[in-house]
Amino acid sequence: MAAYTPKGVLTTPIFKNNPIALQILGICSALAVTNSMGTSLVMGLAVIAVTAFSSFFVSLIRSQIPSSIRIIVQMTIIASLVIVVDQVLKAYAYEISKSLSVFVGLIITNCIVMGRAEAFAMQNGPVISFLDGVGNGLGYAVMLLVVGFFRELFGSGSVFGYTVLAPVNEGGWYVTNGLLLLPPSAFFVIGLIIWGLRSLNPEQIEENEFKITTNTKVKEAV
Amino acid sequence: MASNNSIKKTLTVAFALCIVCSVVVSTAAVVLRPKQQENQELDRKTNILQVAELYEAGTKVNEQFAEAITARVVNLKTGEYAEDKNPETFNQFEAAKDPAQSRTLSGAQDLAGIGRRENYATVYLVGDPENPDKIILPVRGQGLWSLMSGYLALKGDGNTVVGLSFYDQGETPGLGGEVDNPDWKALWDGKKIYPENEMDPAIRLVKGGVGPQTPDAEHKVDALSGATLTSNGVTNLLQFWLSDAGFAEYLARFRDTTQGA
Repeated sequence: MAAYTPKGVLTTPIFKNNPIALQILGICSALAVTNSMGTSLVMGLAVIAVTAFSSFFVSLIRSQIPSSIRIIVQMTIIASLVIVVDQVLKAYAYEISKSLSVFVGLIITNCIVMGRAEAFAMQNGPVISFLDGVGNGLGYAVMLLVVGFFRELFGSGSVFGYTVLAPVNEGGWYVTNGLLLLPPSAFFVIGLIIWGLRSLNPEQIEENEFKITTNTKVKEAV
Repeated sequence: MASNNSIKKTLTVAFALCIVCSVVVSTAAVVLRPKQQENQELDRKTNILQVAELYEAGTKVNEQFAEAITARVVNLKTGEYAEDKNPETFNQFEAAKDPAQSRTLSGAQDLAGIGRRENYATVYLVGDPENPDKIILPVRGQGLWSLMSGYLALKGDGNTVVGLSFYDQGETPGLGGEVDNPDWKALWDGKKIYPENEMDPAIRLVKGGVGPQTPDAEHKVDALSGATLTSNGVTNLLQFWLSDAGFAEYLARFRDTTQGA
């Protein structure tokens, strides 16, 4: 097994091995919560907390977990942490927790959390697993913030709620792009980001799984 | 690792994990409950202020609420104020669960789908409590997926709508969840609940839009597209809470005093 350095596990998931951009995990919530930067930030922090602590606890008891129920054990730990995070948000960030609504609860089903618990924390020590969780959560959060930045800036003309481009309906000049406030627009933004990242790091481009051959049966195609 | 897979070990780990996790989750829930309830209370007050069009962002909700709004408890059967109930402490949602303070609704009576209706309800008055500018009534009822709870604000005549707002609903986001859409909520302003000289609520949601040409336009609001069942739920809950089973008795007194009839 390759040795993991604390710095390595913290930083590689941000750009080199980003859970959203390279592994294409956790897309569902990335579409749903990124229409403003405030919610993106809170969602990112929630996921960092959950990934970090779930990896930590899974790793802590990894030598005790029977392999037949290991997925259930991981899910139980993750689900408990998510409920705790949800309760904390309801108590201290009520407005945001209302706008995040079910998506905090749905962190349970976020493949990043589960993926890190199964792929990393089951084989590594608690501290490095914790850092790995933080790193992957950060990768997710950074991606959310970037997507949120574009969606909020062009969708409502503001950043973190502060008006940057004065929108028309408030007497300004900027015609807001309503599409960017709808979840599908995150697909475009994430797609463009993935394109950009893979152009910068060509090693991220996957091999074609099969090659499309030219059509040899011209007559039948008519 | 083989020993980990014995049945005994599997059960022990599963059991221990369940205990630990449930303790963690319940501790978090219990410790944070007061803070959460405070938030919900604040949110409810904000909602009352918003529906009465009094809300100003940036001001202290509690202070503004105390200044502008008087709460009163109403006996729904007689329509009188219940002076023996303290509006600060009386909780109508708790009362609705208590058989001694509520009555069961069945079949056709239970238009709003709430099962039980409390005997007393808290209303909020803006301005002079004897002759209020606005009357805010709590309403709730079943939508498609969830119980929708909200406030209906009326003008002092007890008939003209100022606004309708739900502070708690779990309808499909983007379809039924559009009950929170400000554009849709704006449609309610100025609608009339009761036809003239009647106390049978006529207000309802209709499909296909409401224009100035629509007959009875003052009693109709455009339904939510793609959310027929949520729209029906809104109609039903208003029909229920504004009928004799709800606030009709109470509202009648405003019509008497203001119209002289």
